Amino acid sequence: MRRLLNDRAPYLLIAPTVLLLLLFSITPLFVAFVMSFTNMDLAGIANFANVDWIGMTNYLEIFKDEVFLQALSNTVVYVVIGVPLVIALSLSIAIAINFGRGKVFEWFRVVFYMPSITNVVAVAVVWGFLFNPQYGLFNFILNTVGLPDVPWLQDPFVAKLSLILLALWRAVGINMIIFLAALQGIPRTYYEAAALDGANTFQQMFKITIPLLRYAIFFVTVTTLIGWIQFFEEPFIMTEGGPLNSTTSLALFIYQNGFQLSNFGYAAAGSVVLFVLIITVTLIQFRVQKNENPY
Amino acid sequence: MIPKEKPVAVNVKPERFSPIPKVRIGKKRNRPQWLLGLVLTLLGLCFMLPFFWMVISSVKTDAEILALPLTIWPDQITFEHYVNLFVNLNFLTYLKNTILIVVASFFGLLLTAMAGYAFAKFTFKGSKVLFIGVLATMMIPGQVTMIPVYLMLNQMGLTNTMTGIVLPGLVGAFGVFLFRQFMTTIPDELLEASRLDGASEFRIFFSIILPMSKPILAVQGILTFIGAWNSFLWPLIIANDESLYTLSVGLALLQGQHGGNYGLQMAGATFMVVPIIIIFMIFQKYIIEGYNISGMK
Repeated sequence: MRRLLNDRAPYLLIAPTVLLLLLFSITPLFVAFVMSFTNMDLAGIANFANVDWIGMTNYLEIFKDEVFLQALSNTVVYVVIGVPLVIALSLSIAIAINFGRGKVFEWFRVVFYMPSITNVVAVAVVWGFLFNPQYGLFNFILNTVGLPDVPWLQDPFVAKLSLILLALWRAVGINMIIFLAALQGIPRTYYEAAALDGANTFQQMFKITIPLLRYAIFFVTVTTLIGWIQFFEEPFIMTEGGPLNSTTSLALFIYQNGFQLSNFGYAAAGSVVLFVLIITVTLIQFRVQKNENPY
Repeated sequence: MIPKEKPVAVNVKPERFSPIPKVRIGKKRNRPQWLLGLVLTLLGLCFMLPFFWMVISSVKTDAEILALPLTIWPDQITFEHYVNLFVNLNFLTYLKNTILIVVASFFGLLLTAMAGYAFAKFTFKGSKVLFIGVLATMMIPGQVTMIPVYLMLNQMGLTNTMTGIVLPGLVGAFGVFLFRQFMTTIPDELLEASRLDGASEFRIFFSIILPMSKPILAVQGILTFIGAWNSFLWPLIIANDESLYTLSVGLALLQGQHGGNYGLQMAGATFMVVPIIIIFMIFQKYIIEGYNISGMK
């Protein structure tokens, strides 16, 4: 018996994890795909006889659905504005911290990382209060220095920017840490050699630091892109997609159709579109990375 | 595996003995140092502002929160909102559920470590394919699996149960990957010696592998705790009864029902955020260095 257990050890060790992933990650992917061709709804859950195969109908309808198209364009705005900001800010902070000497700079890591670990609901509740038009701190500060009120969550376009601001605040920390880890892996001798050759700080940064961070920048870009395409919690808690669906993201659209309207088949079609989008963007990223001249 | 880097300050030392005159570097670098420190401090203060305002507002009276102009420091400190959370609202139940989820997620962490060990130290039929399969699940977005998983749990009769809340997120591919990365560095000779001494594979895992994996266990343990403490989406979807709500779900509910009561909301938020901040402050060194261990560069 013991012999038997020992021979099968690797299988027994991986069994729980593999089974759970199979059940809750891989199977659902196929279920979602199949479901997107049906009209699965509450009646369908109660009795599978009520579920009909409707072919491409969900997909044809979803691309005529104004809310979906709005959600798609909102998501593009989130990604196009948010991702470069996250990368630029977290990279700048990481370089600044790495450049600094002394214990103080180690504490900055903690300060900038902290928003990343805090609860998204709590944070959204707090920011909702900060954004409050009447009693919020942000407008109070603006008024104090003589600037007019900003309609943080009331104006369709400003609301998007406000959510990006919150998400930026949360996203900087973790990426900064990844950049810092990469920065500390660059041998100091490179900089010493460059300094001997007369390169100034900026030349060192653009000729040594940034090129050597290529892999880290690539990693952060891919993960940040994937994350922002799935933008969900911020609009879900703070605006519920409003005003006038101007902050609805693709992920929120899927959630609302699935769990609030119980159009499971339709929502599944939306999630397949989201999946295809993520895969496409990721593959493009890898292609671009490959074509670039490696060091 | 990357050798652990010393903090920046220590790395700088050799420069002092470099042939470049010390004075020149010192002079040139001193001003930027101060400037950088100043810029980072200002930015850091902006980053901390929401936390500061959250705590300050949570101890203000309702009247003071809604009084204009705003007061930066409370005139009168009150803890009534915190008392309210537990007396008039069900935060004690939410806390209990959240702790249950934390405990379950640590069991998940053990399963993840086991799988990481098997992938690191055994070559078995299908090990490569299985490992790639595990990694591939990282590519699947949560929104795609969300609805099917809900329907599957519904079929199994697990909606509105603690099991249903915990099960979908019990293990994660990224954790398996990190454990595997770390455990490949444990020397094979050590395992062989124990096998010769007649230790079973499970004994080896528990008495050799786990104790030697402390650094990665620390990182993963803290991150697992934070993740479980913050868990929101699955409890929201699966729990219909308030008796199964977690702190996050309870706080979202509070925001919906007591929209104008900012003191109460800030107290709830503080209660969720402060334990995490404290734990993070204590263990931040491990978490931040963990990213170096995991070889993400």
